[in-house]
Amino acid sequence: MNQGIHFLPETASAHAGEMDWLFAGLMITSAMILALVFGLMVVFCVRYRRNSGAERGNRLGKTWRVEVGWTAATFVLFLGLYFWGANLYLKLHRPPDDTTDIFVVAKQWMWKVEHPGGQREINELHVPVDRPIRLVMTSQDVIHDFAVPAFRIRRDVLPGRYESMWFRPTKVGQYRLFCAEFCGTEHAHMTGIVTVMEQGDYQRWLDAQGPGETLVAQGAALFRQYGCSGCHGPASTVHAPPLEGLFGRPVPLADGSMVTADEGYIRDSILLPKSRIAAGYPAVMPSFDGQIGEEDLFKIVSYVKSLGNASPGTGERPAP
Amino acid sequence: MTATSPDRAVTARPAAQPPNYLTEGGSTLRSWLLTHDHKRIAILYALTITVFFFFGGAAAAMIRLNLVTPPGIFAADTYNRLFSIHGIVMVWFFLIPSIPNTLGNFLLPMMIGAKDLAFPRINLLSWYLFVAAGVVALFAVIAGGVDTGWTFYTPFSTMYSNSYVILAISAVFISGFSSILTGLNFIVTVHRLRAPGMTWYRLPIFVWSNYSTAIILVLATPVLAITLALLAVERLLQVGIFDPALGGDPLLFQHLFWFYSHPAVYIMILPGFGVISEVVPCFSRKPIFGYKFVAWASVSFTAVSFLVWAHHMFVAGMSVYAALVFSLLSYIIAVPSAIKVFNWTATLHKGWISFDAPMLYALGFIGLFTTGGLSGLFTANLAFDVHVTDTYFVVAHFHYIMVGGMVSAYFAGLHFWWPKITGRIYHEWWARIAALLIFVGFNLTFFPQFILGYLGMERRYHSYPPEFQFWNILSSAGASILALGYVMPLFYLTWSLYRGQRAGANPWAATGLEWTTPSPPPKHNFDKTPTVTRPPYQYRPEPEPQDAQGHA
Ligand code: HEM
Ligand SMILES: [Cu+2]
Repeated sequence: MNQGIHFLPETASAHAGEMDWLFAGLMITSAMILALVFGLMVVFCVRYRRNSGAERGNRLGKTWRVEVGWTAATFVLFLGLYFWGANLYLKLHRPPDDTTDIFVVAKQWMWKVEHPGGQREINELHVPVDRPIRLVMTSQDVIHDFAVPAFRIRRDVLPGRYESMWFRPTKVGQYRLFCAEFCGTEHAHMTGIVTVMEQGDYQRWLDAQGPGETLVAQGAALFRQYGCSGCHGPASTVHAPPLEGLFGRPVPLADGSMVTADEGYIRDSILLPKSRIAAGYPAVMPSFDGQIGEEDLFKIVSYVKSLGNASPGTGERPAP
Repeated sequence: MTATSPDRAVTARPAAQPPNYLTEGGSTLRSWLLTHDHKRIAILYALTITVFFFFGGAAAAMIRLNLVTPPGIFAADTYNRLFSIHGIVMVWFFLIPSIPNTLGNFLLPMMIGAKDLAFPRINLLSWYLFVAAGVVALFAVIAGGVDTGWTFYTPFSTMYSNSYVILAISAVFISGFSSILTGLNFIVTVHRLRAPGMTWYRLPIFVWSNYSTAIILVLATPVLAITLALLAVERLLQVGIFDPALGGDPLLFQHLFWFYSHPAVYIMILPGFGVISEVVPCFSRKPIFGYKFVAWASVSFTAVSFLVWAHHMFVAGMSVYAALVFSLLSYIIAVPSAIKVFNWTATLHKGWISFDAPMLYALGFIGLFTTGGLSGLFTANLAFDVHVTDTYFVVAHFHYIMVGGMVSAYFAGLHFWWPKITGRIYHEWWARIAALLIFVGFNLTFFPQFILGYLGMERRYHSYPPEFQFWNILSSAGASILALGYVMPLFYLTWSLYRGQRAGANPWAATGLEWTTPSPPPKHNFDKTPTVTRPPYQYRPEPEPQDAQGHA
């Protein structure tokens, strides 16, 4: 990140390398087209300038063969580029199973980060090298955008919902983080540093942040404090869906459709319980909209997720 | 310069000149402000958008000045207001009205052999609405400006911005009515007022492209109006439409906005295609290659332009499947654009090419538009777009299309038809120098921005990390050359009004009905309605003087 003349950004994630190949492919294709168009233009302009003696002969009459020819060629070329880009984009949207989930809240004008172990940081993000990291992000006010050019990733961070994004850093070092969606006065200063560390260094860094409570533990406390356990707890007499084994499973809804219980679904179930009602349960849950802040909300979601991990592998939800 | 004094100008005009639209009906301010003549209204538009162009340009100059040094010289808020007003003015008060309302207004009736547009009074009303919108926009700037960017993304614009959002969107809202009225007027004119023999396949491509533009104006602008009205409702009455804190959906705004603004990009480029399709055949002395393909490509843009709006939103939180579909559609729409470029190039083949100023601007257009279009292959590519969206790569991409493309086309057309509009010929040498400066200055300004974007410099930043400085300095240096190039025509074109040679009816020996009538044309364009017997672009290798009397 020193001064001087740069032509290419740093390449610090597995995805960045693949993206650079795509870039090369796009460059070569467009350089070829550009050379063709410019080349022909220059050649024609010189050769057929008004007072040149070039042979004009009979001018092109029938044109449809030429038209169909270059239309088809262009179409095939473009389709190839499309599939290449689309394939890589799909990969970017399919995180592996063993990600470390880190929570990010954006607000005018800072990035607040929370690690699973409860460690917090602002405008900084520490991650271990060669591990898949998944960011779960939301905003407290306007739309922001989390962008790390060295990883070739970015994604809008919207208020009122979770957006997630994953990457696998491959090179130890420090990389710039930007807010890429205009968000008000200090938009240009809503930046930060991503530090990629060796696994051991990362562990030491985590430990040095102090022995905080993990997000799951904090979430469990909040689960009781907000009264969720009154209905969803094992001792409850209310007919409410048990949350054990919920995360990541398909849930049948009262209107006959199915959703996958991801973070967004759990979040919506807490804030907007009437919007998607689980089949077989009365719609009695109150909304917690406006009562639980983003950070507490994420702790509760983390806790519910951890319940999912408690009974892995059945593939079926416990019967109501 | 004493030559510019008004009475000298009047006496310099020989009495022998036949009456024309500039002299008939008087030359008082009143006669201009109440005119129904499409040619005079075109002049009114030309003057108005020139003012806006230099206003928006001044903002651009300050933006580039600020970006020479990383901390910048303006406060963050000032900078945000500068780029917002730059974008708003350039898009709605220069680009969208540029070719349709000036050259289109002037030429469309003449090219089809009509006396005027179908609704002359509505045409004047449309100019007044445009001026009213402009006044509101300027008032918003004086009152303290707006800092949302030209895209007005919610919920920032509805709940968090402390600037004059309502004034700014009112300006855009009003200008939308002007667009709709002009669009309707063009559509009805092309359908109803064609001269005998002027069949659809005898229409010049300029008419085809302005007709296609008019359809987009009429279909898309109402969506913008509704979107802005909803924005106002949320901002003023706190009704939850876009802000999730009130129960709204922040992506809804973007879908609505781009449903208008993507087709609007074609409003900003199709008329340019039209101009180039007139200029290139004339200076190659050949019919345009593949007339029907070019004509139908214009119309197909109209249809497809409505299907790709969401390619502005690949990282915005849309579903993956929607992204896959919109990217595919974007690649498909790129095909007709490519065809146009090939057709213009093929028109040069075996021509008798001369390099007068309009042709230089047109060739510049082809080069810059091709570069801009190819960079569109990058931004429409899903995985690549993830890296460059909202960076200077995108800024460079749309400037190549809108400024390199459309502004060059506007200049090409302005120079090409200047003799027809004013009856005078400008100084050719200066015009060529300006065309060259604009081409060089443009590339120096905007090419470095592709590199900046790939390096990761985000747009709308008043301050940036030091590693981006080199390319920013280069870009700002280019901008000063570009600015010089844009100012020059102001001088030599004005000068030509007083000292330029008389043009005669057809100085370029061009085909097309507009060249069969004297320059400047008489009030009702033609002494008697022409009858058309031939397709357009019947060019012969060598210019024939008798073409000046008309090819019919
Ligand atoms: C003539 C020289 C010009 C220069 C040096 C220039 C420079 C710039 C720069 C640096 C930005 C980026 C601001 C940012 O994102 O931080 C910008 C944005 C923009 N420019 Fe230009 N520009 C020029 C001409 C034009 C013209 C002629 C048009 C349209 C006809 C135009 C339309 C726009 C638009 C729509 C934006 C987006 C504004 C936004 O982000 O809200 N520009 N320009
Ligand atoms: Cu931000």
